[in-house]
Amino acid sequence: MKTSELIAALAADPIPEPVDMGRRFAVALALGIVGALALYALFVGPRPDLAAALRTVRFNLKFLDAIALALPSLMLLWRLARPDARSGALALFLFAPLILLAVAVAVELMVVPSDQWLQRLIGQNMLYCTTMIPMMATPILAALIFAMRAGAPQHPGWTGALAGAASAGIAAFLYATHCPDDSPLFVATWYPIATLVCAGVGALAGWRYLVW
Amino acid sequence: MSAPLVESPPDDPWSKMMEAAIAGDEGVYRRLLEEISRSVRAMARAAFARARVGDADVEDAVQETLLAIHLKRHTWDPAQKLGPWVNAIARHKIIDAMRRRGARRSEPIEDFENFLAAPEEEDPHALSDAKRLMQALSPRQRDIVQSISLDGQSIAATAARLSMSEVAVRVALHRALKSLGAAWRRSVA
Repeated sequence: MKTSELIAALAADPIPEPVDMGRRFAVALALGIVGALALYALFVGPRPDLAAALRTVRFNLKFLDAIALALPSLMLLWRLARPDARSGALALFLFAPLILLAVAVAVELMVVPSDQWLQRLIGQNMLYCTTMIPMMATPILAALIFAMRAGAPQHPGWTGALAGAASAGIAAFLYATHCPDDSPLFVATWYPIATLVCAGVGALAGWRYLVW
Repeated sequence: MSAPLVESPPDDPWSKMMEAAIAGDEGVYRRLLEEISRSVRAMARAAFARARVGDADVEDAVQETLLAIHLKRHTWDPAQKLGPWVNAIARHKIIDAMRRRGARRSEPIEDFENFLAAPEEEDPHALSDAKRLMQALSPRQRDIVQSISLDGQSIAATAARLSMSEVAVRVALHRALKSLGAAWRRSVA
């Protein structure tokens, strides 16, 4: 086929794509979160001492960490849907959760005697944490990948990994209400492992589904 | 005085043409795609030459770029210029095409805006993958694409010949172009 012939075919096909990227992204995100909430209700649930925990700094810090991961990664993901996107300064905000965790760990090491460090790091629930976060992240990741398929990201693998990290951030927010381990030593160890699992799966999904 | 909430579209001929095309002006769309193809062809030829891969696949890169522009129109933000968006897509597709030829991505690819002064015409002898990829379409789809692209028939004439409604022909053409894009992707993988 000559290029002029292809152009003739393309020009004859002016059906306006009914794709509204913003709407698609928002609806997908909402559906993904509904899926995660369903899994939460079925398999996870809040911890019994939720009301008391809400009055402690360590417990609330987990939500701040989760938001610090979810918010910038979602915003950056949305931007990367366009082929001419530049990540710009927004990418620097991906360091926010890491800095937050590092500061929290430093404070924790100062206020807690060293013979308790290991016990706090291991906690009670590490296996549960590293499986429940990816499990609840799965519907969110699937929805985000679906939304991004309508886009044209320059780097499918990285974009998929970012979608994975965003989904892990939202799942971690939900999971934090269940998790009995509040020490930053625990959070800084196991939550990032769960996030890396999600980012890895997201990267694979990106290579598979976001190539255009 | 508060700043305006929405930036007016930049005064850029391509952006205006694309807006008209999205609004349904076939003639303008065809002219826009022709202009883009000339610039992208020059951009691809320069990139291929610099990476020292033969330019046998230049036309594939041009066609893939045009198809991607068509299928990803909705990712263009009308508040931005069209040029950088086209450039990003062309760069993506040129790199794909060069990788297929075994070239490493080491040489920078110049923006096509540097080639605007020297647009190039299609090499009439270049054979492209598109013809081979047409085999991925269903017979009906192939018939419609060929009728409109190769034979230059109108949608109306094609619809009459196949005794289909014009809308059905448009939908079938649209699906065919999407499958063509998917077949292209598979051939890259």
